[in-house]
Amino acid sequence: MWGVELASLVERASAEISAASDLEALAEVERTFVGKKGELVGLKKTLGSLEPDERKAAGQALNEAMSSVAGEVSARRALLAASAEAEQLASERLDLTEVMDEVKRGHLHLVTQARDRLEDVFVGMGFTVAEGPEVESAWYNFEALNIPEWHPARGSFDTIFVDLGEPEQVMLRSHTSPVQIRTMENQKPPIYIVAPGRTFRTDTADATHLPAFNQIEGLVIDRGIGMGDLAGTIDSFVKAFFGHEVKTRLRPSYFPFTEPSAEFDISTPSGDWLELGGCGVVHPKVLENCGIDPEEWQGFAFGFGIDRLAVMRYQLDDIRELVNNDVRFLSQF
Amino acid sequence: MKVLLSWLQEFAPGIDGDPVELGEKLSALGLAVEEMTITGQGLDGIVLAKVLELSPHPDADKIQIVQVDSGDGQPLQVCCGAFNMTVGDLIPFATVGTTMPNGMEIGVRKMRGQESNGMCCSATEIGLGDDSDGIMLLTDTADEALVGQPITTALGMESDVLYDLEVNANRPDAMSVAGVARDLAAVMGVPFSYPDYSVERTDEDATSVASVEIVDPELCGRFTARVLRNVTVGESPQWMQNRLIALGMRPINSVVDISNYVMLELGQPNHVFDLDTVPNGALTVRRATDGETLVTLDEAERTLVSRDGVITDNTDSPVSLAGVMGGLSTEVTDQTTNVLLEMAWWDPPSISRTVKRLNLPSEASTRFRRGADWGDNIDRAMDRFCQLIGESGATIASGQIEVAGTVPDVSPKPVRVAKINTLLGTELSAAEMTNHLESIGFEVEASGDDLSVGVPTWRWDVTTDHSHEFEANIAEEVGRMHGYEAIPKTVPKGEQAGHLSQYQHDRRLVRNILVGAGCDETQPMPFLAPGDLSNVGLSDDGVVLSNPLDASESVLRTSLLPGQLKSIAYNQSHRTPAPKLFELGTVFLTPELNDRHEMLPDEHEYLAVALAGDEAPAAVAILNLLGEALALPNVQVRSSDNLPGMHPTRSAEVVIAGRQRGMVGEVAPSVLRTFGVEGRVAWLQLDLTEILNGPHGKRSYRRVSKFPSSDMDLAFAVPDGVGADKVRNTINKAGGDLLVDLSLIDTYRGAGVDEGSRSLAYRLRFQAADRTLTDADTNEARAAIIAAVEKHTKGTLR
Repeated sequence: MWGVELASLVERASAEISAASDLEALAEVERTFVGKKGELVGLKKTLGSLEPDERKAAGQALNEAMSSVAGEVSARRALLAASAEAEQLASERLDLTEVMDEVKRGHLHLVTQARDRLEDVFVGMGFTVAEGPEVESAWYNFEALNIPEWHPARGSFDTIFVDLGEPEQVMLRSHTSPVQIRTMENQKPPIYIVAPGRTFRTDTADATHLPAFNQIEGLVIDRGIGMGDLAGTIDSFVKAFFGHEVKTRLRPSYFPFTEPSAEFDISTPSGDWLELGGCGVVHPKVLENCGIDPEEWQGFAFGFGIDRLAVMRYQLDDIRELVNNDVRFLSQF
Repeated sequence: MKVLLSWLQEFAPGIDGDPVELGEKLSALGLAVEEMTITGQGLDGIVLAKVLELSPHPDADKIQIVQVDSGDGQPLQVCCGAFNMTVGDLIPFATVGTTMPNGMEIGVRKMRGQESNGMCCSATEIGLGDDSDGIMLLTDTADEALVGQPITTALGMESDVLYDLEVNANRPDAMSVAGVARDLAAVMGVPFSYPDYSVERTDEDATSVASVEIVDPELCGRFTARVLRNVTVGESPQWMQNRLIALGMRPINSVVDISNYVMLELGQPNHVFDLDTVPNGALTVRRATDGETLVTLDEAERTLVSRDGVITDNTDSPVSLAGVMGGLSTEVTDQTTNVLLEMAWWDPPSISRTVKRLNLPSEASTRFRRGADWGDNIDRAMDRFCQLIGESGATIASGQIEVAGTVPDVSPKPVRVAKINTLLGTELSAAEMTNHLESIGFEVEASGDDLSVGVPTWRWDVTTDHSHEFEANIAEEVGRMHGYEAIPKTVPKGEQAGHLSQYQHDRRLVRNILVGAGCDETQPMPFLAPGDLSNVGLSDDGVVLSNPLDASESVLRTSLLPGQLKSIAYNQSHRTPAPKLFELGTVFLTPELNDRHEMLPDEHEYLAVALAGDEAPAAVAILNLLGEALALPNVQVRSSDNLPGMHPTRSAEVVIAGRQRGMVGEVAPSVLRTFGVEGRVAWLQLDLTEILNGPHGKRSYRRVSKFPSSDMDLAFAVPDGVGADKVRNTINKAGGDLLVDLSLIDTYRGAGVDEGSRSLAYRLRFQAADRTLTDADTNEARAAIIAAVEKHTKGTLR
């Protein structure tokens, strides 16, 4: 009789577990059969009324039945939980192409980007980066660079003068070359520097000119440095910056602060040459002006425009975009 | 400097070959070809025509009807947009069917209803000069009998190659056709020589007619003169005019044209006096006296200074501004028959100073400034001038007035072969160097293993008594002739590693943080308009430019604010209402004397961040971001109601390590209105020079605790006059080592909080490095913090 009752109870429990459609219903079923006041626990209390010889077998059967029901509950719970999670996930579906409130990054100015790249290339070639003031004296901008007051080359710089002291003695630097002088005055050779920075000329702003623009200058002072080192350094820089297929050449030119002097050209994909900048072997008088013995030390210097590289790289049709600060322009790069 | 191939060939017939290749050779010599033009070609169909009649176009103002005779004697109607012709003028005329040098096809067209049967041409259109204003008038140069003939025939033109060369300031010799020919012949290895310029002379002795005295030998190294009689001032032959036009000079009259021709050909500037206006033909060369005056050829009265050179007559009155411009009183005119022809060598610095002071540049003074030839070339140019003027009937007296001053020292000087090789990076032998130098006129002697080099008189630029400079100059000449291309490329190996300075690293970090924070980098120009600084509340004491391009760009900035506000206004007017901008730029503060006793502005690098549409806390947030990234010590934001240009109740000084280093907050509404900016602008400006050169970047490791932490929220009602930073500092100090994190999580004003106070709620995290905290620990800390806040900030716990 007892055994029949147990079997029917287990059967009913199985049926109700299978029928439980959610976790709550399952918990109810669990309480009904294996909870503290559940029916199977209730049956346990009746074990005492059995004959002692029956009691042991019945107790074993009851324990097996309880463990079997508990197992069924737990299997059913795992199933229901998995399906509930699947339902939850299905309900959370998002279209990831519906994007609002985008995270906006800002943009480095094109000239900064070009300047950083140039600095990185030269740092890789063993140079440090030197800087100097934008307002200079005639000594640093001209005289120490072997451009005396009467020199015809002075006129060609189209200098913007500053109203300080005697007329034409203080100016916005018309090139980055004064940094050469300041470096050599303060540092003993060997010297390997590049000097990027803003320079100024009385050029009215138009599509290809700005009165304030950026140059980078290189200076090497060491023992036995000559034109071959200059040509090799420029070639090496150009290949790193523009690409390995780009060729370079030097053509004789004239600058008061270098002798011999040259312009340097780079090859273009169409096979033409494009003039990039000026360079040369540092003039012995420039070395002497900075207290460096031209017998012991020789060097070279070169310089070119940074803005032009940005203009060339992105084929800008108007260089004034570089100073308009229009975010529709700035945010393109 | 322009040169014609045919003209070069008169000195070196061996200069021949592909025009492009010749151009490359010139460029490789340092005579960069800026433009190469094949002249006298592609002109088939262009004929000499005569203007018969001019009449207005019935339906157009900007064109007129021209009837021309293009050779058949019949009027032919064309429409023309130029109005510089008069009836009877001879012009170049493109007939129907002509293809112009620029590729345009000439056909019969109707212009506003009127038929046009060809085109009247400007000088530019047919490659005969730079003048594109109006039709080229050939009335004075062409023969009317040749109307209808091809223009090349009518003008005696031949096909030629015109090179426009960029001649560097150190090449006096290359400012002449002969000088260019000498360089090119040398590098091509072909002979160079001067044609024979000799001319018959009369029995009259020039030295008995005129005399010259040099008072200042430093000013004038050599002065020569010849006497020319029976001079007639007329028109030059067409071939000469063609060459002058090709080289960019306008034909004037036979005397001026010969003067220019000789200068272009041989590089020797020259001057002609009307001999009859020079009493006794007596001239003196001296420096001017301060305040002395001279009316120059352009009829302007020039006031002179003692550094100017003058030529005076025997009354000691200036008659010419030496090397720069002749005087009006001795000018050659149509009536002139007797001429004193002067050729001299002037001290280049002296000429340069006068040209610059009086702003009187000319073809002649340009050559003197670079250093003309004081040697045989003067005699050669004299001969050439006399030969050319002799062809028009003038007679030349014998002899030459010749006075010497001080000329540069061209005596041979030592040059070390090894030094030249290190300067160039070559391994040339003494013999190779000698060949290169001798090919362009240097005199070279072997001197042991080295050389002794004499400079030709046409290379003033190479002369110097500075031995290292001389070797550098000689190295350039050897290098040019050897070819820069032939120098092996090497890369020097410095012993030091390349690197950025800490400052440069930090500057990049600042930029990258701002880019990450969504700001775009701007680079406005540093020039401001007068008043821009006072418009942002600063004193108008910015350093001023002497020669600004524009009055609105005449002041150097002492603040980045005006530039940023202009950038915001520009963007707002282009429908970007809320740009977030930053700039790292130089400001120019009160000038100071430097080590060289020069007065230069005190330059600082400033950082500006301008956030349009944002309120002050946005700028403070950026400051805090930078403070963390750069590990700035003790950053304080001290409210201030009198920062220039700033909102009086929404701005603060930024104090770092006890020093004011900038400002943060919002721009004053009145300033925004002045610059046309809409809405609010959050603003941060920092002195990066001071900050990055000052203490920063110091960080120390603190081990992350393995023990549990405990959080606690505390809210205080704090009077408005007490800054939240003070509350924070007080909590931090009282919390001691156990307080590991502190953040402001809420602020509240209103019901429940007294008027004049606000509630500041903080979340605190406590943690010990060595143990699990007990309730006693946290209660003790809590009590200490509350007590400290109540004591130091008058705040009360809520």
